[in-house]
Amino acid sequence: MLSAEDLTIIRSRLGRDITPLEAVAFENLWSEHCSYRSTKALLRTLPTDGENVVIGPGDDAAIVRFTDTTALAIGMESHNHPSYVDPYDGAATGVGGIVRDIISMGARPIALMDPLCFGTLDSEKTRHLFEHVVSGIGDYGNCIGVPVVRGDLIFDESYQGNPLVNVVAVGVVDPDSVITGRVQKPGNRLVLYGSRTGRDGLGGASFASRDLSEDSEAEDRPSVQVGDPYTEKLLIEATMEMCATGKVLACRDLGAAGFAGASSEMSSTFGARIIADRVPLRETGMNEIEIMLAESQERMLAEVAPEDLAAIGAIAEKYDLSWADVGEVIAEPRYIVEFNEKIVCDLPIDLLVGGTPACRWETKPYSAEEPFRRPEEDIRTLCKKVLSHPECAAKDWVFSQYDHDVQLRTVSLGPDAGVLRLDGLALHFTCGCNPRHIYLRPREGTANAVLENASNLACYGADPLCIVDCLNFASPVHPEIAWQIEESILGMGEMCRRLNVPIVGGNVSLYNESDEFETRIKPTPMLGVIGKGDLRTFAPPQEGATLALIGRTEPDLGGSILDCVTGCGGPAPAVGSVETVQTVRDLVRNGGLAAVTDLSRGGLLTALAKIAPRSSVSIEGDPVVALFSESYARFLVVVDDRSILKGIPHTVLGTVGGDALRIRSGDEEVVLTPADLREASRTITDLMRID
Amino acid sequence: MRTAVIQFGGSNCDRDVVHVIEEVCGADADLVWYKDGLNRSYDAIILPGGFSYGDYLRAGAIAARTPIMGDVIRAAGKGTLVLGICNGAQIAAESGLIPGVFTINAYPKFLCRPAYLRVENTTSPFTRLYSEGEVVMFPIAHKEGRYIIPADELARLEKEKRIAFRFCDESGNVTWTANPNGATGNITGVLSEKENVLVMMPHPERAAEEILGSADGKKIFDSMIAYVEES
Repeated sequence: MLSAEDLTIIRSRLGRDITPLEAVAFENLWSEHCSYRSTKALLRTLPTDGENVVIGPGDDAAIVRFTDTTALAIGMESHNHPSYVDPYDGAATGVGGIVRDIISMGARPIALMDPLCFGTLDSEKTRHLFEHVVSGIGDYGNCIGVPVVRGDLIFDESYQGNPLVNVVAVGVVDPDSVITGRVQKPGNRLVLYGSRTGRDGLGGASFASRDLSEDSEAEDRPSVQVGDPYTEKLLIEATMEMCATGKVLACRDLGAAGFAGASSEMSSTFGARIIADRVPLRETGMNEIEIMLAESQERMLAEVAPEDLAAIGAIAEKYDLSWADVGEVIAEPRYIVEFNEKIVCDLPIDLLVGGTPACRWETKPYSAEEPFRRPEEDIRTLCKKVLSHPECAAKDWVFSQYDHDVQLRTVSLGPDAGVLRLDGLALHFTCGCNPRHIYLRPREGTANAVLENASNLACYGADPLCIVDCLNFASPVHPEIAWQIEESILGMGEMCRRLNVPIVGGNVSLYNESDEFETRIKPTPMLGVIGKGDLRTFAPPQEGATLALIGRTEPDLGGSILDCVTGCGGPAPAVGSVETVQTVRDLVRNGGLAAVTDLSRGGLLTALAKIAPRSSVSIEGDPVVALFSESYARFLVVVDDRSILKGIPHTVLGTVGGDALRIRSGDEEVVLTPADLREASRTITDLMRID
Repeated sequence: MRTAVIQFGGSNCDRDVVHVIEEVCGADADLVWYKDGLNRSYDAIILPGGFSYGDYLRAGAIAARTPIMGDVIRAAGKGTLVLGICNGAQIAAESGLIPGVFTINAYPKFLCRPAYLRVENTTSPFTRLYSEGEVVMFPIAHKEGRYIIPADELARLEKEKRIAFRFCDESGNVTWTANPNGATGNITGVLSEKENVLVMMPHPERAAEEILGSADGKKIFDSMIAYVEES
């Protein structure tokens, strides 16, 4: 429902009462999901421009120059609320929506990333959500032939009633053929093509902008759309063919707020007159509100000159897609909808689109760090607990369900980033953030999330080209949450400026809290980062090579995986060193490292298990800190020649080789055999795979 | 070699196959939209992977009933090479170009990962550049790739040496643990009676360049080109 305050503002601006369709249009377009009303002022503080940015935030997707002949279209979206109510369809349509954002720029989608957050896996409900979200993403992405090349998985009890499903999509387009989502000329026609419209997903944008109540699963099911990836594939090919004719002047996908959202946002440069009766329908007896607001999937809207209608329609028919001329661009800045030969909506377009009054929330800082309490278990037990935490364990149960090879660009999936070949160069994909650190220190934690993604890229000698984000938080009505949001966005901007990387798009998902579980999600400013560099391949490290650690280790155990498995508490990490990350990037570029990985969740231990599972190392000082601290800007490197590290602060740990991972600390030696590591890494597979 | 790569609505490996034939192997390939039919003769026809008709009903079942498959069956009858990869294999099986069917994997999830294959036939136009028993690595990516065939037909396939590839371990042992989808006899590549049709679930086009992890699959296309140039 539209709030009383909003209704008063609208009535006083119009000088009249509003029609039922106008009320619903405002409710959806002025929702947080569409208008960013509570975060707009903060988002303006982020750096969004740069030498390679062609189109920044505001269109369906951003456009960033990769080479002179290739630009990238990049977008990121959340589909959190629908994925709780119906995990398979919610996740699948999340993929569909962001892919349409890419094609509406005239770009062919080439890759996806899927960072996901769930409750803890001991809950049957979580396992159910996890299984079906992964299937939904896989079945949709696989069918449309867009590879998933990277992801992130977080398991934390704060997501028990609010899983997060975020998707990054990237496409390629000739920089001279980019199509925007803004109409260009009065008199042009608006063509709706794709699936027919039914009563599905009514009011999804306003649904996404409130918290989930206990019986939301049953009550809200009509708000969740069902996807059809086959039609999406046809829509991709049809859109590519239409764009290639040069006859598509503007294009937008139908997402939140359906046809009303797409047509009003697309026409906001001029105005539009829509004939709702002309929309191809799947059901009979639909009224104007249902037609204009339904969120039926796989639909697009294009601006076409009147003389080109037949040519564009013929392409839609080639792909068995329905299409209709549903209205025209008008010079007056009004948004008019006709239905049954009556005007059912007539609004100043700038009031409906962009006229949302901003709201401010009271903020209140909090402090959640606890003093460190040393765990009682021995080091070997702690090692096995940390390695078998699902965030440190192998993810192949998930990844094998995604077609990551289609389109023949995928060079590697890890360990630190996905690597695609493009125009003879490497295009890198990394995503993630650490909500446990960000919860303890929202500003530093979010700055570190940016740095951590840059560290992943440094392992390939690459620099971040641009960032997209999904700002997932609980409800800003709580002053502590409003503070979290503010701190987090400020921290993100600070680190982006230091790294000179722009944030080019994304979305905001608030109200992620659950009455049913009495949970609020930990702050989750999820990042998707695209990198660019030279194509490099790494051979497995040779026996006898030296293992060394670059970067400073502090007793940062708060929010670590060790904290998750033992409740040890402790301080969260301070902001890591940008210089260290750049030093490692340069070392890789100069070809000096035989292998490298950055330290993140699970600290030095998981890094060793990842790239040096057969090696002997000695650690100095407190082994709990040395092995499990999650201080940022640290790298485990393998070098054949130690002189390469001269002048760079580092600690030599040991050598590659032997039959197991041997860690010596003082008089004690912990031995982790390949069988131990294999067993620890099987956590997700063992929990999820039932033969 | 002039190749037609058939493009159904849900094909998604069509461009990949064209890339490998043209850019990697130096032969010619035309993308043919399924509604247009085959309007000229080709040396080879490739049914690429994907999700023709969204795999609704049964993978490949609807595509098998489109008019263009009539053209493909007629061409195969005249000796034209036909290679069905992944969804293309499912379409070919549904069209009766080879015996047996592909059904849902034993563990009923999509499975995308590299797989080792043992080459069982080295006489066909598709496999003549391999050596018998050679172990190769191709990626697989399917949910309905479990090959099923009755025992009597299997015996005939084996007798006629029409099994092209079986899943195996790194050393070439054909074992149950090396079988990713539960296929009968680990079979994942089958030839027609005249050996001019090969259907296979693994993707040779994804194993045609070292930078992508394996070049073992290139020999399939090179074999086809060599065969066509000789004949």
